[in-house]
Amino acid sequence: MKKRITFTSAGKLVFDVFLFLIFFLPFYWMVLTSIKTMGETLKMPPSFWVSNPQWENFVTAFNAIPFLNMLKNSLIVVFGTLFCQCITVIPAAYAFARYEFKGSKFLFGVTLATMMIPAQLIFLPVFLLFSQLGLINSYWSLILPSASSAFAIFMLRQTFKQVPEELLEAARLDNASEWTILRRIMLPIARPTVVTLALLTFISSWNDYFWPLVLTTNNTVRTLPVGIAALKAAEGGIKYHILMAGNVLLVIPVLAAFFIAQKQVIRAFTYMGEK
Amino acid sequence: MLKTEAILPAAQVRETAKGKPKHIFSRALPYLMVAPSLTIFSVFVLYPIFYMIYLSFFKWNMIGPKTFIGLKNFTDMFADPEFWQVLGNSFQYMFFTVVLSVGLALPLAVYLKANTRVNRFLQGVVFTPYVVSLVSISFVWMWLMDSDYGLLNYLLELLHLPAVGWLNDPDVAMYSLITVSVWKSLGYNAMILLSGMQSIPPYLYEAANLDKSSGMTTFFKITLPMLSPTLFFLTLMNMISSFKVFETVNIMTSGGPMNSTNTLVYDIYLYGFSYYKIGYASAMGVVLMIIIGICTIFYFRSLSRRVHYR
Repeated sequence: MKKRITFTSAGKLVFDVFLFLIFFLPFYWMVLTSIKTMGETLKMPPSFWVSNPQWENFVTAFNAIPFLNMLKNSLIVVFGTLFCQCITVIPAAYAFARYEFKGSKFLFGVTLATMMIPAQLIFLPVFLLFSQLGLINSYWSLILPSASSAFAIFMLRQTFKQVPEELLEAARLDNASEWTILRRIMLPIARPTVVTLALLTFISSWNDYFWPLVLTTNNTVRTLPVGIAALKAAEGGIKYHILMAGNVLLVIPVLAAFFIAQKQVIRAFTYMGEK
Repeated sequence: MLKTEAILPAAQVRETAKGKPKHIFSRALPYLMVAPSLTIFSVFVLYPIFYMIYLSFFKWNMIGPKTFIGLKNFTDMFADPEFWQVLGNSFQYMFFTVVLSVGLALPLAVYLKANTRVNRFLQGVVFTPYVVSLVSISFVWMWLMDSDYGLLNYLLELLHLPAVGWLNDPDVAMYSLITVSVWKSLGYNAMILLSGMQSIPPYLYEAANLDKSSGMTTFFKITLPMLSPTLFFLTLMNMISSFKVFETVNIMTSGGPMNSTNTLVYDIYLYGFSYYKIGYASAMGVVLMIIIGICTIFYFRSLSRRVHYR
C-alpha cells in the first residue's frame, strides 16, 4: 500500500467540517433568509435559526414577477432545446461516427471549432440577426442558438464509434435500414450517454441567464433566471428575504436533479475532462 | 460506379454482391444527417463572428445608417484608458481565478481521493455550486458580502477584524468576484483532477512503494507529472471560461465601483445595449475573440496530446 500524508483522525474531522461549511453555509443562508422577516434579515448579530418561518415570502416573490408565465417560458425553452438537440445531434453524431464522406473531417472540425466560441463573444451580432428577422421576444430567439450542440455531437460520436462493427454488419445482412439500425442498435447502446447529455442540457438551459437577458426586450418570453434577477430592482431597495425566496424557487429543480442523480450529473459535467 | 463514396464496408459488400447500383440517396444521406446541425452552427455561430468583424469597421447606433470608418474604432479603443483598464481587469480576474481555482483544486483532489463514504459525500457537496444557476450564486454572495448586514462581515467582527467593503471598495470588489468564481468552480476542477489521478496506473505507485518512496516524493515524482496534461488542459479551460465572466459582474457590481470590476464581456454589453455604439462594441469583441482564439489553439493542442497520452 502506498503511503499517504497522515492526518490524525481528529484533524481530518475538523477539516471535513470546515470544507462542508464553506460549501454548504451559503446555501443554508439562502434558505434561512428566505423564511426570515425583513426585520430579522436586518438584525445584528444575525440569527442562525428561524423559529417562525415566513412562508408568505414565497408568495410575495411569486407575485412580484409574472412567475407562472416565466416558469412556462423556462419550460418551453428547456424542452424546446432538448427536442431540437435530439433531432439535430443524434443524426449528426451517427454520420460523423459511422460514415466516411467527402469533407467529413472538415465538417467535424468546423463543429469542434464552434464549441469554443462562447455566447458571450457573439451575442451582439446574434441579437442584430434576430432583430433583422423580427424574432426578438419570440421563443425562436431563445431556442435556435442552442438548437444543436457541438459538445453533444462530439460525445455521442465517441459512443457510437465504440459499437462493434459486427453488430451493424449482422443487421445489414438482415436488410435492416439505416434508420432501424440507429433506432434499434445504436440508440439503446448509447442510452447512458444520451441521458447524461440530456441532463446537462436541462441544467444549463434552465440556469441560463445570458441569452434570455440579451435576446429579449420585454417579459413576454423571458425565463425564470431573468425574472428572479428582476426582483433585485424592487421598490425601496433590495429585500433580501424576498430575493432569497425567489432564488430558492429557482434552484430547487436543479438541486433535486442533482440529489437524485448525483453521479450522472457529476459525470455529465466532467465528461470533457475525462476523455 | 459504386466506388469509395460509400459508406460502410459492410454496405459496400452487400450492394456489390447484389450488383445493385448505389442509390444517389445513400450518398447524400450523411450530408442530410449533418445538415441541420451545421446549418445552426453556420447561422448562429460562424456568421455572427464574421458579421462582428465586419461591424467593427463601422460606426452604427443600431437604428441609423452604418458609416464605414475603417480602423477608427480600434484606434479610438487603443487610445482610451478605460479600455486598458477593462482589459487589465479581465486579465486580473483571469489570473487570480485560474491560479486559485486550479491551485486549490489539486490539494482538494488529493484530500478527497480515498474512496470513503465521507469523501464521496464531500465530493458531492463541493461540486454542488457548479450545477446551481450563477444568478442565484451571485445573489447569495451579494447578500453574504453585504457591508452592513452580511454574514461575512459579522464573522469578521466575531474575530475582532475590521469590516470589509466587499463589493463597495474599488480595491476589493474584483477579489470578491474572484472568490465567488473560485468557490463555484473549485469542486468541478477537483473532480476532473480526481478522475485524472484515478487513471494513473497503480503499478507506478507499487514500484514507488517498493523503493520506499515517501508520500511527498511519490506525489511530486509520480502523481504530479502524470497529472500535468490534465492540469494544463484544466488551466486553459478555466482561462477561457474566466474571460466569459458576465453574470456575477452584472448582478453583484454592475462593473463598479469606479469601473473596478468592469470586464470585456460586460463592457461589450454596455456599449452594445446601453450606449448603442455597435461598431465600437464589435471592435472590443474582436479583441476578445483574439484572446479566446489564442487560448483555444493551446486548448486543442492539450486535448490532442491528452488523447495520445492515454
